[in-house]
Amino acid sequence: MTLKSNLKNILLVIFTTLLLSACSTAKKSGVIDGDVYTGKETVEYLAAGVPDRVFFATNKSSLTTASRATLRKQATFLRKNKNLNVVIEGHADERGTREYNLALGERRANAARDYLMTYGISGKRLSVISYGKEKPVNAKSSPISWSQNRRSVTVKVN
Amino acid sequence: MKKLIYIFLINIFITNYSSALIEVDITRGNLDPLPIAVSPLHVDIKSENYKDLNVKELGEKISGIIEKNFKNTGLFNPLKKDAFVQKPDIAHLKPRFEDWRLIKAQALVTGKLLISGEKLKVEFRLWDLAAAQEMTALAFTTTPSNWRRVAHIISDKIYERLTGEEGYFDTRIIYVSESGPKTQRIKKLAIMDQDGFNTKYLTLGNELVLTPRFNPTNQMVTYMSYFRNMPRVYLLDIETGSQEVVGNFPGMTFAPRFSPDGKKIIMSFAKDGNSDIFTMDLETRLVERITEHSSIDTSPSFSPDGKFIAFNSDRSGLQQIYVMRSDGSNVKRITFGKGIYGTPVWSPRGDLIAFTKMHKGKFFIGVMRTDGTGERLLTENYYQEAPSWSPNGRVLVFYRETKSGTKGEGFSAKLWSIDITGYNERRLLTKTDASDPSWSSLLSK
Repeated sequence: MTLKSNLKNILLVIFTTLLLSACSTAKKSGVIDGDVYTGKETVEYLAAGVPDRVFFATNKSSLTTASRATLRKQATFLRKNKNLNVVIEGHADERGTREYNLALGERRANAARDYLMTYGISGKRLSVISYGKEKPVNAKSSPISWSQNRRSVTVKVN
Repeated sequence: MKKLIYIFLINIFITNYSSALIEVDITRGNLDPLPIAVSPLHVDIKSENYKDLNVKELGEKISGIIEKNFKNTGLFNPLKKDAFVQKPDIAHLKPRFEDWRLIKAQALVTGKLLISGEKLKVEFRLWDLAAAQEMTALAFTTTPSNWRRVAHIISDKIYERLTGEEGYFDTRIIYVSESGPKTQRIKKLAIMDQDGFNTKYLTLGNELVLTPRFNPTNQMVTYMSYFRNMPRVYLLDIETGSQEVVGNFPGMTFAPRFSPDGKKIIMSFAKDGNSDIFTMDLETRLVERITEHSSIDTSPSFSPDGKFIAFNSDRSGLQQIYVMRSDGSNVKRITFGKGIYGTPVWSPRGDLIAFTKMHKGKFFIGVMRTDGTGERLLTENYYQEAPSWSPNGRVLVFYRETKSGTKGEGFSAKLWSIDITGYNERRLLTKTDASDPSWSSLLSK
């Protein structure tokens, strides 16, 4: 009886420790939400305070709240710079088949483009190109680097 | 590139097809490979020199290629030459069967060659040692620079005679040659013999190129290029080097393949973020839409009779394999297993579909029947995809990438092959890193 409850307690302690350590690693990295990258590494800026890229979940092309906020900043920037055209590059991580990733990159770039258009930017100023998994920004094979590679990047053309 | 070289079969010797005793069981893989002795081809002393070819060594070299081809099948065990008991020319006339049986050989290949008047004349015989008789014999003439192909053609003839199936040695593989760091990869189209020799580069590496595939006669290649930053499907004539964009699509086209009659190219076209499947007739330039769905439809592959198309789509949420009629009707999902499925490729025999499967962070190459039943996973690894069939439907070639470290170090991409039995996995030698292989059909058919 005592042994049993002791064992129970030990197990509970072990379990709690595991849980806590799991939490702390997630906190330590602190740059992934779900599996969408939320950090600043690899990000460049179209202008001060205007990030050039948004990130996506695995196999997804939907925009997160943070991505939408970034794209609204891009839209404001583009409205201020009326003569500027951009190309939106869509990218995928290395963990998918090449041809599907080309299609996925295309879908991601268009998700960003569509959102910019709803904020009044003419589609004529926004071209898209998909690179699939061909142009990773981070060469490492790790969940963080894959999350940095699942992206659409807005690049100035002129 | 050189014109396709034709080899003329000029003389078929007395051939006895009736009572051969040797038979290679090809359904079992490499459990019990057949011991075979490949005698060096005897070089006729009347042979003349030809360019920089070392004629004296040619007999050894040709038999060496044949041995390597056989060894790579996993079905044969070529015996060491130092145990050979008879001189090549004498054995070619008539082997002392009991002597060859003593070294445990079951089959013997003999031959001779002569270079005269800028022509290479080769003949070979295959002997059944247990039955003490000739099984097959053939002679042919070609230009001497073609000597490697001669070795491959002899390999094919022997393979056919012993297994009852078509060979796959006189073939080429087109692939994407890769170099440079992972974040700035340089990719070129490359073509080589199936054994890794005679590598030639078809593009310079100035633009990204992907997924080359042969047409049924191996003279044309369709592939995807980012020429001028416009990702499009191209058509390349290997003989003339001329190339053109396929169709006039206002957006990215990708994932091209030929129809089995070579008249059409099937591919995906991406518009407003959505990818559907289209065909274009190369003669009439007529473009036909095959799928119309808000999901990603890509990686289309025709059945060898041209009546069906396999493709992958994420219309169910994640990538799965579907089969439809070639007009796009009657779409049926065929994969329901755990994981996601891509890159379906119809076997040249028509009975199987090869695919890539992703499950729990692993990548598998597998085969299944065309209705999705009988799934067999042949190989598991960190990353591998893009299977392509040997022309006889026995072997798959695919590419495999390794995991890379903090700075991208340790990354590589290589070609591998595996039998559909799941045996005999081996790496194909390429001069550089390589991906997206496509196997030709037999060159001398």
